[in-house]
Amino acid sequence: MSDGELEAAARRAVQAALDAGADDAEGWAESGVSRNVRVYEGKVESLSDAGGRGVGVRAFTAERSGYAYGTDLSDEGVGGVARAAYESAAVADPDEDDGLPEEFGAAEVDGLRSAGLEDWSTQRKVELALDVERAARAVDGVTQVENAVYSDAESSVAIANSRGFAAGYASTEAWSYASAFAGEGSDLMTGLGVGLARDPGRLDADAIGREAGERARALVGARQPRSRRCPVVLDAFVAASFMGFIGSMLSADAVQRGRSLFADREGEDVADPALALADDATDPDGPASAPFDGEGAASRRTALIEGGRLQTFLFDTRTARKAGRATTGNASRGSYRSPPAVGTTNLIVEPGEGTLAELVATAGEGLYVTDVAGLHSGVNPVSGTFSVGASGRLIENGELGTPVRELTIASDLVSMLRAVEGVGAEGRWVPFGGSVKAPPVLIRRMSVSGS
Amino acid sequence: MTLVQPELAGRVLEAALRRGGDLAELYAESRHGFRLSLDDGKVERPVDGLELGACVRVVEGDASYYGYVDGLAEPDLLRVAGSVAEAVRGQARAPAAVHAAEPEDIHPIGSRPEEVEAAAKAELLRACDARARAAGGEVAQARVGYAEGRRRVQVFNSDGLAAADDRTRVRLSAQVVARSDGRVETGTDTRGGHAGWELLVEDPEAVAESAARKALTMLEAVDAPTGRLPVVVGNGFGGVLLHEAVGHGLEADAVQKRASVYAGKLGEQVAEPFVTAYDDGRRRGEWGSDGIDDEGTPTRRTTVIEEGELTSYLYDLLRARKDGVASTGNGRRESFRHVPVPRMTNTYFAPGEATPDDLIAGVERGLYAVSFGGGQVEPATGDFVFGVSEGYLIEDGEVTAPVRGATLVGNGLEALAAIDGIASDLDIATGYCGKAGQSVPAGVGQPHVRIRRLTVGGTGE
Repeated sequence: MSDGELEAAARRAVQAALDAGADDAEGWAESGVSRNVRVYEGKVESLSDAGGRGVGVRAFTAERSGYAYGTDLSDEGVGGVARAAYESAAVADPDEDDGLPEEFGAAEVDGLRSAGLEDWSTQRKVELALDVERAARAVDGVTQVENAVYSDAESSVAIANSRGFAAGYASTEAWSYASAFAGEGSDLMTGLGVGLARDPGRLDADAIGREAGERARALVGARQPRSRRCPVVLDAFVAASFMGFIGSMLSADAVQRGRSLFADREGEDVADPALALADDATDPDGPASAPFDGEGAASRRTALIEGGRLQTFLFDTRTARKAGRATTGNASRGSYRSPPAVGTTNLIVEPGEGTLAELVATAGEGLYVTDVAGLHSGVNPVSGTFSVGASGRLIENGELGTPVRELTIASDLVSMLRAVEGVGAEGRWVPFGGSVKAPPVLIRRMSVSGS
Repeated sequence: MTLVQPELAGRVLEAALRRGGDLAELYAESRHGFRLSLDDGKVERPVDGLELGACVRVVEGDASYYGYVDGLAEPDLLRVAGSVAEAVRGQARAPAAVHAAEPEDIHPIGSRPEEVEAAAKAELLRACDARARAAGGEVAQARVGYAEGRRRVQVFNSDGLAAADDRTRVRLSAQVVARSDGRVETGTDTRGGHAGWELLVEDPEAVAESAARKALTMLEAVDAPTGRLPVVVGNGFGGVLLHEAVGHGLEADAVQKRASVYAGKLGEQVAEPFVTAYDDGRRRGEWGSDGIDDEGTPTRRTTVIEEGELTSYLYDLLRARKDGVASTGNGRRESFRHVPVPRMTNTYFAPGEATPDDLIAGVERGLYAVSFGGGQVEPATGDFVFGVSEGYLIEDGEVTAPVRGATLVGNGLEALAAIDGIASDLDIATGYCGKAGQSVPAGVGQPHVRIRRLTVGGTGE
């Protein structure tokens, strides 16, 4: 489906909703193709080739809004979706702050779509996945590679609304990951390696596979450590998971509904000045980058925590009106199947100084965490207290030592942010907790519980 | 019920086998859903969705090739079948003839939710909000969600299989926040089933009240203890422990890749002789039940642990073929956009004879974990972590203070072997289970269960 056809479908949706009786309407149409390759023991385990398309309509009437979506982009199909959106609005309670944004726009974001993806045949993609698997297997001590996966997608998005705004963009993404095992029996450890880019040419198969293998190997022989309070270094994966959670707590929606520990803390010191966090939908490498957000507000960079201070929350149009503020362009959509809601785009932890080895040396005696489990169930979003399962290695004499598992780390999020002692220089994109770019982070002290 | 005519299905399967393959399959689906929520006292975000689509799969040896498409138009289906066939390298094969199939009526729907006026659903949410707020002055916030969905499914394969299913589910969920003296706690509860509106007729507001009670109770919570302690796990949602720590390891894909601690353990004693566990996708009206799985195999009850002995893994067609057994009806997928993988349906421990009080009375100092905020497990090692969302201390055989921030950390095999008591009060709760990027409705349940000793991670000493 061409981008023009997609925009036309979005426009037709708007017209159909207005015809049904809506005061205002917005159409959001998507189409895409994706490819997924999974290999196991040197052979293709599965290969898929898929195409999808759909449209979602928001209809506004008398301070109410309703949403509907469907996969049929014919005139009849789009008309049905638009009518369903209008009809469903009747059941909602009025909300005077709901409605289309006052200003629309599309930011210049370079490089969202790489033409390079087209040059890759299916066979080359299969070989890339096989290379990832081989690299993982080549790591000493790796007993098995559970899977090695390559995926890509090329997608197009179009938006139109009854205020005359219409825009669209196309993007590509490619990613690969592997999960490797090292050790045996009850000492079997797993490790994950990931990479993501705009096209497969920029994925480093060797690095992805090696990371999976090395992460697994590093944990072999892990035991439960004794409980202690000590400095903790979070690796980039783990730092990203925590930052993703913190980002979701900075949503103005969570704040306004009394579900964020950061409510009433705007402008206050919430972190050590060493930690700076921004939301940026315009970073050319960001997986969540786009010219506009889920309701057509132009993308931008928003500093969230700077100089240790909480600078702002993230707003969409509705929450901004409620707070007497302007949208920050953070109306996000999972897909055409859901109406826009406040969300982060790309969260970026500003790089600090020093390598991982230097952070570990600064920690002296402590814990290096490479994996956390149960973050979303283990954190109280309103109070910020958490206790999550973790594994990693002890830090002994300023170096990585004994592998450990079956432990929990506990603190509360603000205490943790205030206890940041160092931030690594090298950030990486991690697809956990949304889209986050994070370096390793040293926390001055946390409570670690084991035996 | 016809999404795709058998004649067209036959041609799609033929196109899919154009270059050979051991099995070709067409999965067609229509998905209609409606959801509505109430937050901060206001009914909001009504969402109505209608999707049609299909997935074509060709299996050749250990490899699966598949593609999906939005829409069920003939040209789309034939195109996706042709593109899937491209990946295969062999001689064309003719599929066996397929016939029409009608869904079996084994999970009867009393009252079709889509025929209930939307206004009644909004009223239900308001009533829940009022009940939650009436539970106590400390209730600060309530969020209530209602969702209904109908999935009509047809499956055809080149072995001549033709099957259909008509699945309706409804679910009500409540999340309540309570505040007092700077303390903030959250309580949740849900009610759902493979059922119609009738499920929500009898005192649906009890769901909101129960969520509110949990939040209010937790306001009084003290810091959780840490250390290795006896743990009594609550019935209903407490079964998530079995689901995560044992069930995932019994899924045949993990077993065959030796990515499960349960690989090679069939026939072995993994628990005390009074422990029996099932996966039952046929249990009437249950949240994780269907008529067929997403490969057309009728759902059934599989005994996975019988009197302590590991008796079966959970299979889809592909993994069953590899082990030379029959599918257990566990080939499930989130939608036509996904390929089936072995998944649990409703997984639970069979009831024993004790009462919950008997189990608690035997504990000098321990933790009573009533419900979990969620959990995670590494199937390869069986290591698990669960956040306890509602928990209490057990002191001298009695439940005393509520505790907050408790986490259970352990290993599935060890925890299973350490079960030393099972009560008679079986209850099954509604969950969503995520695996391989797919989320499917799964029933988790059990009677009260006692585990001799588990690592409890907490914030206290």
